[in-house]
Amino acid sequence: MAMPIRHRVATALLGLTIAAASCSAALAQKKYDTGASNTEIRIGNIVPYSGPASAYGVVGKAMAAVFKKANDDGGINGRKINFISYDDAYSPPKAVEQARKLVESDEVLFLFGTLGTASNTAIQKYLNAKKVPQLFVATGATKWNAPQTFPWTMGWLPSYQSESRIYAKYLIKEKPAAKIAVLYQNDDMGKDYLKGLKDGFASDPARIVAEESYEVAEPTIDSHVVRLKSSNPDVIIFFTTPKFGAQAIKKVGEMNWKPVTIVSNVSASTATVMRPAGMDNAQGVISAAYAKDASDPQWKDDAGMKAFDELLAKYMPETNRVDASAMTGYNMATTMVEVLRRCGDDLTRANVMKQAASLQQFAQGGLLPGVTLSTGPDDFQPIEQLQLMQFKGERWQLFGDVISGEIVGN
Amino acid sequence: MSTAEDIVTEAPAVEAVPKRAMTLGFGTSLVVLAVLILVPLFVKNFIIFQLTMLLIYALAVLALNILTGGSGQFSLGQSAFYAVGAYTSAILMEHVGMNYALTLPIAGIVCFGFGFLFGQPALRLSGVYLALATFALATAMPQLLKLGYFEHWTGGVQGLVVTKPDAPELLQAMASWFHKSISQDMWLYYFTLAVGIAIYIASVNLLRSRSGRAFMAIRDNEIAASAMGVDVALYKTLAFGVSAGITGVAGGLGAIAVQFVAPDGYTITLAIQLFLGMVVGGVGWLPGSIVGSAFIIFVPNIAESFSKGLSGAVFGVLLFLVIFLVPHGARQVAIVAQQLIGKLKKN
Repeated sequence: MAMPIRHRVATALLGLTIAAASCSAALAQKKYDTGASNTEIRIGNIVPYSGPASAYGVVGKAMAAVFKKANDDGGINGRKINFISYDDAYSPPKAVEQARKLVESDEVLFLFGTLGTASNTAIQKYLNAKKVPQLFVATGATKWNAPQTFPWTMGWLPSYQSESRIYAKYLIKEKPAAKIAVLYQNDDMGKDYLKGLKDGFASDPARIVAEESYEVAEPTIDSHVVRLKSSNPDVIIFFTTPKFGAQAIKKVGEMNWKPVTIVSNVSASTATVMRPAGMDNAQGVISAAYAKDASDPQWKDDAGMKAFDELLAKYMPETNRVDASAMTGYNMATTMVEVLRRCGDDLTRANVMKQAASLQQFAQGGLLPGVTLSTGPDDFQPIEQLQLMQFKGERWQLFGDVISGEIVGN
Repeated sequence: MSTAEDIVTEAPAVEAVPKRAMTLGFGTSLVVLAVLILVPLFVKNFIIFQLTMLLIYALAVLALNILTGGSGQFSLGQSAFYAVGAYTSAILMEHVGMNYALTLPIAGIVCFGFGFLFGQPALRLSGVYLALATFALATAMPQLLKLGYFEHWTGGVQGLVVTKPDAPELLQAMASWFHKSISQDMWLYYFTLAVGIAIYIASVNLLRSRSGRAFMAIRDNEIAASAMGVDVALYKTLAFGVSAGITGVAGGLGAIAVQFVAPDGYTITLAIQLFLGMVVGGVGWLPGSIVGSAFIIFVPNIAESFSKGLSGAVFGVLLFLVIFLVPHGARQVAIVAQQLIGKLKKN
């Protein structure tokens, strides 16, 4: 029975080696960078809670609600999310200060959902130099999809250019001879939209017969609409923010003018644009969408919309559910939770980027059926599809297929 | 001159400040300087960055203080001069490839010229009317920066990204002997501090000089000043130019520290913040500029920590408290402190 001593020692040694090996394997699985630990993941965020764009503050509040719910449900792989969200009042210098505070003082793992094109541009170089992910920025500018120059920055929203390319595709196919007039807001958003449209009509630029721009500070844009009418177009496109979208649609209706009207997704809300513009004037207006509109009754019994409503009721009852910003924040944070879940126990900055860049046709409850998120090492633009829709009666009706506005060779 | 005109041209109600009371004593100045030099050695880079911004805004507040506290003219357009300075530096650095330090005097000169020219027609106005004219300038500036005509240089709505300078190699080599390194933030802080001290000393001397006395004579009573032979028009525009020039240098430093310029960064909000900083620091008291600057940088952060949704309201309450309790700003606090110390010494 008695094992020779030498044998026993050998067995013990073997046991030890195996134990040591499995131990180091377990250690290798759990990897952390600054901001992550066995119990916590710290995420930084910057949103304008005050200042000229304070309406977007709801985006930050919705994100906080999603993370709070994830924590209440037991956290992500056992870790609680600590979501630190600061106000930059939409001012780029303040955004730089807050970003540095988040990275150097609060020591977050990464920044998520920072809002505003100017603010994100201001912090992009700093974050990339520090190799801190700037994930899913809340702006539709096209420039966030540049993995070669800025490997730590990734967009989320379908870019404005993708969207206006889709309108161009639609018009080329369905209204081949129509003349087009465009009204756009004189800022990065409006100009991005215009560029996408012009690229879409690159083969036939003469189709765009008139362009007008307006400043955000203008009280009304009626005169611009009147001027566009004088060029006698068949199609009028409004690349506007909600307040001006409502004004423009209303003005077109008041003039008894019946062109094909297209408004950008930014101003497609039933509650804040179509109703103020007047339901009669809004009939037949065309737009495109990627997310579900909470004010649209067709999603009343939809499972995804129900989940959204439950979250709102429990965690942010004071928020107006039809505010499109709430849906945006909700959708972005849902993607973030999924990416973190996929990171497992490897919570390094590199792995967060890697997981964010390997989404494969990922669908979410808040997005339209058929719209999915896809990324890759060379594709940092998660959503590229939209579906066209037309306003009929009291709501938007989706039509046609989900179209991709992918920008090739960018 | 009719009575109506008399009312219009009446000098704004700025309390006369004796010359000596415009600055700190020699001893106190040295203590403040020592603190400003030593603090960055012990804090994180992020705090150093905040301190750099503190110095930069202090410079801009100081510039406004010379204009309002010195020559008695109001301006709500300082953000426009700040923007011109920032863009001048950014464009020279990024498009021309000029050294960052050299861009600052150019930004200062460009803004001096801009302020002097703007002062020409503006000096026909006084008091609230002048404030309105400068307000218009501040509102127009972000839109001017977006104009397609300048877009090639300004980057339009996208703005310009600026490269942050490293510390000079000589200094880095010296620091490495002590096994330390000088971060970009620390270098920029000391660079800003040096520029700030130079401008502060120059400003104090300016206000003590013949020109400074002319400014103050205009502030106290324009008619009496012109009767004594002061060229009112010249000195008023000069005050505008000097103020704009210093603001421009501050703007240039701001562009280098933030590494980014965009029209959205220089809205009327900035002009109002600078105005606020001047009032909180004490109108006409130059050292108060740094206190005012601290107020506009740190108090919004404090307000935000109370409540995100109501940060604006909390900020308003804090501001109201300051104005109610110490209407003359930091100067009042300093005077009280001085008296207390005097009493203690006697005992």
